[in-house]
Amino acid sequence: MDVFVELFVEVNVVAKQKQPYVTMKGTKDGLTLHLDDTCSYDDLLEELEEKLTASEKAESDGPLVSVHLKVGNRYLTPKQEEELRTLIRRKKNLVVESIESNVMTKEEALEWKRKTEIVSVSKIVRSGQVLHVQGDLLLIGDVNPGGIVIAGGNIFILGALRGIAHAGYYGNKEAVIAASIMKPTQLRIGDVMNRAPDYKTDERNEMECAYIDEHNQIVVDRLQLLAQLRPNLTRLERGV
Amino acid sequence: MGEAIVITSGKGGVGKTTTTANVGTALAILGKRICLVDTDIGLRNLDVVMGLENRIIYDLVDVVEGRCTVQKALVKDKRFDDHLYLLPAAQTSDKSAVSPEQMKQLIDELKQDYDYVLIDCPAGIEQGYRNAVAGADEAIVVTTPEVSAVRDADRIIGLLENEEHIKPPRLIINRIRSHMVKNGDMLDVDEIVMHLSIDLLGVIADDENVIKSSNKGEPIVLDPNSKASIAYRNIARRILGESVPLQPLEDEQKGIFSKIKKLFGVR
Repeated sequence: MDVFVELFVEVNVVAKQKQPYVTMKGTKDGLTLHLDDTCSYDDLLEELEEKLTASEKAESDGPLVSVHLKVGNRYLTPKQEEELRTLIRRKKNLVVESIESNVMTKEEALEWKRKTEIVSVSKIVRSGQVLHVQGDLLLIGDVNPGGIVIAGGNIFILGALRGIAHAGYYGNKEAVIAASIMKPTQLRIGDVMNRAPDYKTDERNEMECAYIDEHNQIVVDRLQLLAQLRPNLTRLERGV
Repeated sequence: MGEAIVITSGKGGVGKTTTTANVGTALAILGKRICLVDTDIGLRNLDVVMGLENRIIYDLVDVVEGRCTVQKALVKDKRFDDHLYLLPAAQTSDKSAVSPEQMKQLIDELKQDYDYVLIDCPAGIEQGYRNAVAGADEAIVVTTPEVSAVRDADRIIGLLENEEHIKPPRLIINRIRSHMVKNGDMLDVDEIVMHLSIDLLGVIADDENVIKSSNKGEPIVLDPNSKASIAYRNIARRILGESVPLQPLEDEQKGIFSKIKKLFGVR
């Protein structure tokens, strides 16, 4: 019996001496939890549970507090993320707002790259052909009637757009379409669509751009206006 | 070893068969050995335009299915000594009677004996088109100055560009009417070429004599005075690698007054 008590005390002392796996910080946006990235996932869960239970009594009936998780260099699978969210949600007034990790899988990184890079293509998209890219599209050439270009981001065409262009394919309404000669049969941005007028317009040799305005309509205007309308297009430093 | 050129358009009725017959004949006149191959199985026309319909004994399907040799099926055009032959299509089968691999083999065999093998392609982009394109090294796209024909030509060019064994296709614009172009009622040559952005091989003016001669089974090229004939001959020379300037579409004004104007460079 004596031996057991002694041992127990010793273990406890060791545990007290180490750095805690979970540190909490209150900020004006809510609670930030820094989760250690060197311990095992199970240890982390255990300590998180413990800490949250301890602090639960203090403020259990207040308004919802948003929690930001910072997990450092630990990779969380979607299942683990879900587990953490439910664990924290169970503590009455806490809800996870964001989970930030320094690491991602190669697959995610490539996907991210695909969605943010500018893909340049030099060809004529002819009738019946479809050109589909994940990120922004820079087309050096024409889109002929019956041809379709689709991009997850913006579409820039150094040439004539006479076919269909669909920017923001995955729902990005901020996306724009720009072309040296803007004579499309149809323009689509996100889920908004616009078609060419039925009457023939005179040939203007001016570069133009299309974007969604405040009335949720696609408008075609002078290219130069983009600088004010979409300042985000300037990306001298690529990144987040 | 000769070259195989497929003549195609996507849309029907723009003049593929007429072009095949006339360019083939023009090349034969220029002293080349030519074999015309009609791949429009079930709807053959090239033999009629060439005036060789009544000499057909065997056809392309017979050759592919091994009922006779290629040499036996070829119809010789006696007007050009030993220079022009036709391999007619079958009229009783349909396009699925032949596969692209069989066509390629057949064309490869013909290329051994002839300077140029001209393949007349059926309209459309299905099996018949795939058969016709399978053995070709080069492609000529025929279009007329109509929006629908140009649209289909664009589609065909897109498909041809995906075929790696074929050189970039070249364009023939058929049936241009100069007075309609002048009035702005018809697409003009520059517009079409800019739109399709491929090399222009030639422009043929609309000419009633082309229809007349086709009905008689004598290609228009045999009439040296017709404008269409000159245009076809120029195309043949361009195929041989000569650089021949485009013929003006306008008829030259004949009269003492315009001659004087010309002398002084007044337009």
